[in-house]
Amino acid sequence: MTELLEHAQLMPAEPETIEKVSIVISKGSLEGIYPGLIMANGARMEGIEADLFFTFFGLDAIRKDRVEKIKVATVGNPGMHLPTWLGAIPGMAWLATKLMQRQMERIDIPPIPEFVELLGDSGAHLYACKATVDMFGLTMDDFVPQVEEIISVGEFYEKSAGGQIIFT
Amino acid sequence: MTMTLIADAPVDVDAEGFLTDAQQWNERLAEEIARANGIPELTGRHWLVVKFMRERYLATGTAPSIRALGKESGVPIKELYQLFPKGPAKLAAKIGGIPKPKGCI
Repeated sequence: MTELLEHAQLMPAEPETIEKVSIVISKGSLEGIYPGLIMANGARMEGIEADLFFTFFGLDAIRKDRVEKIKVATVGNPGMHLPTWLGAIPGMAWLATKLMQRQMERIDIPPIPEFVELLGDSGAHLYACKATVDMFGLTMDDFVPQVEEIISVGEFYEKSAGGQIIFT
Repeated sequence: MTMTLIADAPVDVDAEGFLTDAQQWNERLAEEIARANGIPELTGRHWLVVKFMRERYLATGTAPSIRALGKESGVPIKELYQLFPKGPAKLAAKIGGIPKPKGCI
């Protein structure tokens, strides 16, 4: 026993690593959804376990009827550097979204529907927030097949045990 | 960068064990690196991915993204993660003797 302990002390300390992340996606705009998806995929690529919890308008990323229609926010988004009146012109959000999608395709970032599928195939776990689901009157039928379950905040914390929680 | 012995051959590796000179690689080396990284035996499916990664890197100078790997290597994403549970792109690069992929996707 003493020998084992001494041996353990002689071993170089392993650098600390993250083993698990739980990512909350709470916004429904293109720029609100992508960061969480990219971080989850990046985690899986490093062999890190990844749970995704979609809440409020973040649910749009996993709703069958909305996942294809997610747009960049062109109003109320200082990052766009667009005057509010210009951002509000019909077609502006569509145009900004098209331009951004083209840039993303160039560096091989998949469109959101494909990205959600990729994450499911990568072994990430996708969950919908129960409070939001109840508020909008949704059921499992409204979600893409990668969604495993509708869970409460409490269950989310249970599933997140031992990992890092990231809110986006 | 340090020099180390893998499968009796002296090779240059970075701090994480990725070969820094792709030319020093050979298939025996690949099997040894795989074993050291939790893959006891490289199957034909593993080799398909490893060789795709390596060839793409040698041809373009960058390792393919996980998306490209899933679409073009002939092995779908789900299976990639079964073959390389600790990260397909990263592990296949390591086994294939090329630098760690730098992309975020």
